[in-house]
Amino acid sequence: MPYIVLSVIKLLIVVLILMHVLAYLQWVERKVIAHVQLRVGPRRVGPHGLLQPLADVIKLVTKEGMLPSHVNTPFYFLAPFIAVLFALIPMCLIPYGGDITVFGIHTTMQVTDVSVGVLLVFGLSGMGVYGVALAGWASNNKYSLMGGLRSSAQMISYELPMAMAIAAPLLILNTLSFRHMVDGQAGFYFGFIPKWTIFQGPIPQIFSFILFMIAAFAETNRVPFDLPEAENELVAGFHTEYSSMTFAAFFMAEYANMITVSCIATLLFLGGWHPLWPAAYGSSFLAPVIFAASGLVCFSHGLRPARPLDRITLPVFGVLFLGLAALFLIPAGQQILIPLFWFGAKTGFILFVFIWVRATLPRFRYDQLMGFAWTFMFPVALINLFVTALGVALS
Amino acid sequence: MDIVLFLLFAGVAVVCALNLVIQKHPIASALSLIGVMAALAAIYLQLGGEFIAAAQLVVYAGAIMVLFVFVIMLLNEGKERKAKRLLWVSIGGLPLLFVFVALIHFMITHLLPASENVQFGGFTDGTAAAIGTKLFTAYLLPFEVTSVLILIAIVGAIVLARKEVD
Repeated sequence: MPYIVLSVIKLLIVVLILMHVLAYLQWVERKVIAHVQLRVGPRRVGPHGLLQPLADVIKLVTKEGMLPSHVNTPFYFLAPFIAVLFALIPMCLIPYGGDITVFGIHTTMQVTDVSVGVLLVFGLSGMGVYGVALAGWASNNKYSLMGGLRSSAQMISYELPMAMAIAAPLLILNTLSFRHMVDGQAGFYFGFIPKWTIFQGPIPQIFSFILFMIAAFAETNRVPFDLPEAENELVAGFHTEYSSMTFAAFFMAEYANMITVSCIATLLFLGGWHPLWPAAYGSSFLAPVIFAASGLVCFSHGLRPARPLDRITLPVFGVLFLGLAALFLIPAGQQILIPLFWFGAKTGFILFVFIWVRATLPRFRYDQLMGFAWTFMFPVALINLFVTALGVALS
Repeated sequence: MDIVLFLLFAGVAVVCALNLVIQKHPIASALSLIGVMAALAAIYLQLGGEFIAAAQLVVYAGAIMVLFVFVIMLLNEGKERKAKRLLWVSIGGLPLLFVFVALIHFMITHLLPASENVQFGGFTDGTAAAIGTKLFTAYLLPFEVTSVLILIAIVGAIVLARKEVD
């Protein structure tokens, strides 16, 4: 099959899944924060609010877009476009699993493999800052401008410790391609400790991982570093003047950046799609057991329905879950789904940490934020890099 | 396929470069410059210079231009004020441009040693490993001298930015 057809098919699959994940990530965030704060969260639209993302999308698309009279129109519309563009492009470079063979076609679970993948992703997501900065400037509003300026300063400052935190595991893995990076983390010490970079010798990269995660929170403008849109100081920061789809674009870009960063953390530090324990001890059976159990729970609730409609919907979902569990057991499904399951589980865990932190920590003050980057993160990342380099050189 | 993509990115680079000069607004010019750099990165990638492409994107488009845009936004410069052209510029500008282009054409065709045309996929030493090896063996001295140069620049910047203590 020609390369271009294959790429288009893979691209369509990635985009389709990504858009659903983006929409439902927001539902997950609202639910998790609600439960942390002892509320129930959205549950009006669909069972447990499961159709809420759909309702939100319809609302945002059909809402009238306001164009304030004082904005710099071409740049005002260019900004959300740039933000979304550079948030979505890195998704093409991320591998979601190993080599697979579908209908006799041998391919990889990645849109394209670049030998300098990690650098390119870093460069492309670095371009996202223009979207935020331009939005703040083009809005012609003092709160927006402050938000845009804060964001540019913050992203430039935290890119430095982030790059250094990435450099340390790269010294151990000795490659810049995501695929080879994950290959370098295969296997287990003593048959059960995975050789992920956070455990791998000579120097386990646990400090790099923590530094990377802190910098990632700042790069994606998430709490506790969400100063570009600090509500009680700047109204809504750089997107104060945006409404309907242009607002949704910034929203989407933020969540897409979160997913990209989580994927990079998984690939660099948590062993990509390699399981937590060896397949010899049954790690391939975790996913089918989880899905089968979910299916059985659906059936048992369907027998004692709380609402009349549950008598139909819950058994349908039960059959779907059991079917998914069966797919995990046949070899054709196994080669795709099991790497995808482990990759998704690790990325999902990191995304959960993002949401968890948002529900837990208060916001930094701006001078604390910059001071933290330059007087703490930077020196620690430098020392970490030197220690790792020494360890790699001696071993 | 290669030639189509090359023409596309080369076209983007040329249009952005023209736009950079024509635009009156500093932000528009800065954004055009980013467009030129991104298009150049794509062309490097096509020619096999993977590492250079990534470095171009990270360093020029990502870091240096952010500072440009940052400063322009901070000063909040409006449209450029238009000064009147000098007489000799408006008369001699176009002929001088042609002379310049002709000179460059002459230099490329006659002064440079005749070499083969660049082929897509003909260059394979553009990986990070190849460049790193070259940098730390054949070009070690220039590399180290550059690092000293950067150190001097940093010291200079600190001296300039230092507040006077009475």
